[in-house]
This record gives sequence, structure tokens and C-alpha cells, in this order.
Amino acid sequence: MTLWLLVRRSLRQHLLSTVVTALSLALAGGLLMSVWVVKRQARATFTGQTGAWDAVLGARGAKLQLVLNALFHLEASAGNVLFADYQLVASNRAVALAIPIAVGDNYLGYRIVGTLTNLFTDAEAAPGRRFRLREGGRWFEDGYREAVVGSFVAQRLGLKPGDTFKPYHGLNFNPKEQHDDEYVVTGVLEPSNTPADRVLWIPLAGLQNMSGHAAATATDVSAVLVKLRSPLAGQQLDLLYNKQGDRLTLAWPLGAVLAQLFDKMGWFDQVLELVAYLVALVAAGSVLASIYNSLSARRRDLAILRALGARRTTVFASIVLEAAAVAALGMVMAWGFYAGILTAVSAVIRAQTGVVLDPWAWDPVLVVAPLALVGLGAVAGVLPAFKAYATPVAENLAPPS
Amino acid sequence: MALLEIENLLKTYRTPDGRRLSVVDVPEFRLEAGEQVALSGPSGTGKTTFLNLIAGILTPDSGQVRLDGRDLAALSEPERDRQRASVVGYIFQTFNLLQGFTCLENVLLGMSFGPGADRGRARGLLERVGLGDRLDYFPRQLSTGQQQRVAVARALANRPKLVLADEPTGNLDPGHAAQAMDLIRGLCLEQGSALLLVSHDPSVLGRFPRCESLARLNRASRTEVQP
Repeated sequence: MTLWLLVRRSLRQHLLSTVVTALSLALAGGLLMSVWVVKRQARATFTGQTGAWDAVLGARGAKLQLVLNALFHLEASAGNVLFADYQLVASNRAVALAIPIAVGDNYLGYRIVGTLTNLFTDAEAAPGRRFRLREGGRWFEDGYREAVVGSFVAQRLGLKPGDTFKPYHGLNFNPKEQHDDEYVVTGVLEPSNTPADRVLWIPLAGLQNMSGHAAATATDVSAVLVKLRSPLAGQQLDLLYNKQGDRLTLAWPLGAVLAQLFDKMGWFDQVLELVAYLVALVAAGSVLASIYNSLSARRRDLAILRALGARRTTVFASIVLEAAAVAALGMVMAWGFYAGILTAVSAVIRAQTGVVLDPWAWDPVLVVAPLALVGLGAVAGVLPAFKAYATPVAENLAPPS
Repeated sequence: MALLEIENLLKTYRTPDGRRLSVVDVPEFRLEAGEQVALSGPSGTGKTTFLNLIAGILTPDSGQVRLDGRDLAALSEPERDRQRASVVGYIFQTFNLLQGFTCLENVLLGMSFGPGADRGRARGLLERVGLGDRLDYFPRQLSTGQQQRVAVARALANRPKLVLADEPTGNLDPGHAAQAMDLIRGLCLEQGSALLLVSHDPSVLGRFPRCESLARLNRASRTEVQP
């Protein structure tokens, strides 16, 4: 009770420095937690997005580019795949489902992807989850100028069933390159929290035959999404396309391909972590400095406590506990910083990739990081505590003249 | 056995130019349990140092302070702290109240280092010194006289065997000084605590049946000693 009373009163007496120091620790804690959670969730969520598919078949090129283009609707297509290649892989007994996609157009910067309706009816948006339409919508009909719009695009562009739009040529929006073809929105997808939310889906033939597209490649597709019957089938196709063939690339297994992306971004994670650790160290230094500086003004109080019978160890413990209490206060605020940072980061990631991070998902770092920073705060209190421990009593009992 | 026995107590300080001056050099002093003694002396005669040596706040260069049957020199620092918290009550000239704590908390803190905080007793003592309606006031919200009464309550909270009072009326006007002295002496008598008071105020000293001159008791008077 005595220690806690001493700490509470001291914190109140130095309220401004307490709050400022706690805020700096809160920023450090919020950053540390955000960096770890974004890193882990991004990796888990991105690799989880591939769960509905086992492989992607595309033109000869980098597997990562192929996956980013076909599944995440990022990057440009490495090239085209003949429709016959699609038919060949689709008819392979090792393949459970193969769906072609074609890209090359956009609407106001959002990618238009041509595909078959069985992408929505036969495949899953994510493992165990099917695509669903919002009420009042229907899937597009192959062969018609109709479109199903992802939930994020619909929200951003205000599109709803019955609305029409004219696509623009290319993956990047250029107002001068609008096609003449007009598409009618037949439905809006329920949010799937996948990259599909950021896409306008139209029939494959629609994109292939869009006015202005080259007639020679009109039957080509950009990639084929492949669901395999067994892992062994992946090895067979890998042998067939990657090792024996030289025209096409099979990106398989998708988890390993995407891991390359995170490996490439590993340095960025490390920089962010380093920044967070440095902020934590600076914050711990500010705990030390603020308590150390306040000791000059508190020497008399410390001497009075000692004159009343407080042991040196009691004085020492009260200072360490005070430093830990400042850090603990900071950690309460750190969760607020964390929620703010992660909400902002997940909004950016969702807008850029369609992948949704959950700021409220449990992660052990949400407890470990605050505990570590409270410990660091307590350690920062040791030096001032030693100074308080050594405060001479008799010469500090008199009021300052 | 006397409550307080002092023999050949010597305390010196080293000056910036390297000389060693004695501040306290008391060959002998005794105080019986429950006795009330005043020590007189002008400023600079080592009064506060003498009391700090008895309280164990300072350690002597040589000599012996035996308080409640225990030689302070033989005790470790934590044991001296414990002894000070439970056996000694100290009323400082400047009261030395903790400004960030309420009246009640000041008294409770004094108790918590000794036998333990007793909220009922702390409250009762503050009521006894006339501050029952000021329990949650901070020292800066009190008059000088009221602050002094909080200091008295704090000093007596642990039922100490010895109360040390260092110029306790030095900051009070004569009227309040007389009231304060009656209060201190009365409370010490009620609790059976011995009282050792130092003052240079004749009106205070005159209230004590035993009054000694510190100048006579203390042979030091800031004389230089040989190492």
C-alpha cells in the first residue's frame, strides 16, 4: 500500500512529464505491436488467399509475377496463354478445376478481369467460402456485355445493378483510351475480403473481343487458375510445364511462390522493427531522464521519507515501480495507438490489394510487447532509483533556501 | 536502565580546506522513559545534529547512543531505520510534511514504516489535534499552526517511546507556540512517551522541569580536532 501510494502521488505531482513520457512509450509500443501484427497477418492472409487454388498456369516468366497478376490482380501479365493450352490443362485428369482469366482493361483504374461464370459457381472465394451476390443481383451471362462488380469497387464507384460503364484500355486508367463497348452491371459481390473485391468481372469473351483488342490474340487468355486433385498432381504438372516444357510456367505450390514475396520484403520488416526498437529505447531513455531530473526537486521528500523510517530499499523500489507504472500507463495508451495504426494500415492494404487485415485479431505480441516495455521501463528506473537510494538524509531535510 | 544513554558521542565534519571540526562532543547524557527534557542553545550549537544522531539519521564518529536498550552503532542501517520508525517520533522545525500527500496520508505514511498503517488511529490523532475536518487537505492548504499539528500527529502516530522535537515552535507566533507546546507535552504524557526538545525560546524552555544547556553539554562548539 505504501509503495503504491508513493508512486501514485509522485505520478500525480509530475503529471505533465508522466503523460508525455507515457505517450512516447505508447507510440513505441503501438509501433512494435503494429509491425509484428502486420507482418504476421499479412503473410498469413496473403498466403491464405491462394487456398482456393493450387496453381496458376501462365506464359513463361516469373512465378511470383504470375501469381500476383492472376490471384492478386497486381502487376502486369507476363504474356498470353493459348486457349488450347487452357483446354489441355482443364482436361488433364490430375486437374479438378481450371478457370481461365484475361486481363488488359480497367474502369477508372480498377482492373477488369474476363472469366467464366463457373469461377463464381464452382470455385471458392477462399477455403470453405463461396462467392455470393448481394440481394437483387445475378451472375453475368457468358457472351453478353454484363459485369459483376467486386464489393470494394462498387463501394468506391457507387456501382449497382443496372448501371452501365465503358471500360478503358490497359491496366492503368487513361481517359483517352476508352472502349466503345458498354457493360451493364448485373450484380455486386458480397465482400469476400479477397482481391476479388477490387475487380470488375466480365465474361471472358467480352474482354477477348473488346473493341480495339488485337484480333490475332482474341482467343488467348492471360492465365489459368488451377485446382488439383492431389499434391502429387502438382509434381506431375510441374514436371510437364516447368522442367520439360519451355513455353509456359506453372506457379506451384502457391504458398512457396508467395513466400518469395515476403522474403523479398524481409529487409523492409527488419527496418520497421529496428525503427520500433529504437523508438522503444528512446522512450525508455525519456523515462530515465524525466525521473532522474525530477529527483533534484524530490530530494527533500526522499529525505523526509527516510527520516520517517523508510528503508533505502523502499525508496529504491518506489522509483523503479514509478518507472514501471509510467510504462504501464503508456502501454494502456499503446493499444489505442496500435488500433489506430493497424486500422489505417489495413485500410491501405485493402485498397491496394483487396486483402483485409483484422486489427482486433488476437496475437501474442499484443501482450508480450507491452510486458517487455513495462520491463524496459522498470530497468530505465534503476539508475534514478540508485540516485534516490543514495540520497543523504540529514543534509536534505532542511527546506531549500 | 534509562531510555536513552549517550556516552562520549563525537561527530565531526570535514571542511572544504581539509580541517576536521567537531560539531557534537557530548561525554554523557541520559533520559528516562516518559521524562520530558528541554535543551537550550542558540543557533549553530549542534542541536539538530545531536537529535539526528539520537534518531540514527546520522552516525557518530565515535561514542555510543543506546536507545531503548539497543546500541545504534551495533545496528545495521535497515535496523536503525526500523528502530527510528517504531521507537522515535520526530517533530522538525520546518515540519517536513510531504506536500503531495494529504494530512491523513502524511500520518499514515509515518505509521506504515513502523508497526503498520492504522487509519482509525491516524484519523483519531488528527481529530485530537483539532484537524478532524482537514483530513483530506494538502499541507499547502493549511495554516502554519495547522501544519505543525499534523507534524505532531505524525510524530506520535506510532506511540514512540521517544519524541524528538527540533525547535517545534520556531515558526509559530507566541500564542500558537504556547498552544503547540501544551499539545506536544500533553500527548507525550498521555502516551507515556519521553520528550527531548531543543529550543532557544525561553518561554518554551520555562515549561520544562528539566532544562539543560546544550552549550554546556556539548564540548564541541565547532572546535578543530586532530585526525
